[in-house]
Amino acid sequence: MYETLRWTVADALTIAGRTYARLKAQPGEIAGFLVFPVIMTVLFGYVFGSAIVLPGGGDYRNYLMPGIFMQVMAMTATSAATTVGEDMARGIIDRFRAQPIARSAVLVGRSVADLSMHLLSLAAMVLAGVLIAGWRAHGSLGDTVAAFGLLALFGFAMIWVGTYIGLWIQSGAQADAATFGWLFPMTFLANTFVPTEGLPAWLKPVADWNPMSAVVAAVRGLFGNPTSVSPAWPLQHPVTASLIWSVAILAVFLPLAVHRYRTMSR
Amino acid sequence: MIYAEGLRKRYAANEALKGIDLEVPAGTVCGLLGPNGAGKTTAVRILTTLLRADAGRAEVDGLDVVRDAARLRFRIGLAGQHAAVDELLTGRRNLQLFGRLYHLSRAEARRRADELLERFGLAEAARRPVKEYSGGMRRRLDLAASLIVSPPVLFMDEPTTGLDPRSRLQLWELLRDLVKEGTTLLLTTQYLDEADQLADQIVVLREGVVAAAGSPEELKRTVGGDRVQVVFRDAADVAAGVRLLRSATTPAIESAEGRQVTVPAADGAQSLVRIAGALDAAGIPVEDLALRRPTLDEVFLRLTA
Repeated sequence: MYETLRWTVADALTIAGRTYARLKAQPGEIAGFLVFPVIMTVLFGYVFGSAIVLPGGGDYRNYLMPGIFMQVMAMTATSAATTVGEDMARGIIDRFRAQPIARSAVLVGRSVADLSMHLLSLAAMVLAGVLIAGWRAHGSLGDTVAAFGLLALFGFAMIWVGTYIGLWIQSGAQADAATFGWLFPMTFLANTFVPTEGLPAWLKPVADWNPMSAVVAAVRGLFGNPTSVSPAWPLQHPVTASLIWSVAILAVFLPLAVHRYRTMSR
Repeated sequence: MIYAEGLRKRYAANEALKGIDLEVPAGTVCGLLGPNGAGKTTAVRILTTLLRADAGRAEVDGLDVVRDAARLRFRIGLAGQHAAVDELLTGRRNLQLFGRLYHLSRAEARRRADELLERFGLAEAARRPVKEYSGGMRRRLDLAASLIVSPPVLFMDEPTTGLDPRSRLQLWELLRDLVKEGTTLLLTTQYLDEADQLADQIVVLREGVVAAAGSPEELKRTVGGDRVQVVFRDAADVAAGVRLLRSATTPAIESAEGRQVTVPAADGAQSLVRIAGALDAAGIPVEDLALRRPTLDEVFLRLTA
């Protein structure tokens, strides 16, 4: 038992090491990681932000940044789907599966390494927010840490969604398209960039119950940034709701992905 | 060394394997031959623990592929249809990664990586990312990755598909060396000359069943012996030529199409010499005259038609 656990951890670390080595091999990727936040902040904060007035008052750029933080974490699913799909197509997953590696180590190792890279990207985004948009967290240290914790948990859950998609689609480019295609629009169909109050009646419930709205509302509250209040339950209890959503997504997709990895047949 | 009995596998509507048996003695090479969709890859995936059969059982190196899968994974090497290596990492880093996953220590993994790179002629390219490698180099790296723990049994799924002729010959040479050192090899291929060159035993699959099995020579014998093929220069000579061939060899004419006539060569090359002599003596000009040996292509075409 102890032996199994020890190897699972060791294998997961080896797999994580591969993710870092890959990143080091493509410096362009790192640059993209760091430049993208700046572009998003300028684009939304200043281009769209110049025309947006919040219904409840408050500075739009302070309202916006938590939305962009969430978007960065949601898009983790796309990169996970792409890399897993690529590994499937190249037969690398087969090679791992034919090796005496603990069955869950490959996926767990990848997901943890993925998360740590996306947290780096989030850090860049926070820096861009502070320097360019004048964003600040006004809550206590505990609240601020809790907010980043919620973002990390949500990102981790989304990595497993992407992993599951990649295991099915077995092609990097197609898995990318199959994830980005619904995920990116979905990050807009929420309170990410604009309050949900102004949405048409048929669209508003969708946005209110979008898990991403709960995450954004929760971190806005914890950071003490301007937020908009909707009577929908998830937005009345955003911290609880975002915890429930993230744990639920994990509880569904982590076992599904591990099961798929173990029993894959093509 | 490899033993399978009644393997079956169904995917949705398609029955990929309909009960195949296999037996590969230790230290020999078995070539699994068949057209696309015959079930070759499915069989390899079952034997390498990647896929579970619906029925039947299989043992590799005395270990059951389902019950003892975890232990078996230390005893087999697999090189699939693609070069399953990380494009972005260097050749050396790839081998170190796979070595670590076989639970070698960091130092052992590095030593083994360098050893294999040296052996497979990749030492100079060791520090270059794999995306800069040629097709042949990738295949060699892939083969090296499957040999990290010196497995007694090696599975290769279409190892030379897409390689240029020189790289194929190089890979064949490496495989021959491995077999000489005692490795048992099962390879799938669509290339008959590859099976002919490497395999001690050939198993022809068709639509999920074993259509034929035996040594390359045994299989060739099933489509008949040697033949002599004559192409006359002038169509007008064909009738006289056929009469001459009848008297020079056995009376049977296997086929005659236009100016090309084929007759059985009961005495092999000696028949060819006799026919050449007779045609020369009679002054009948020929465009082509050749001894044709049966090829695996003919076996293959007959069995899989």
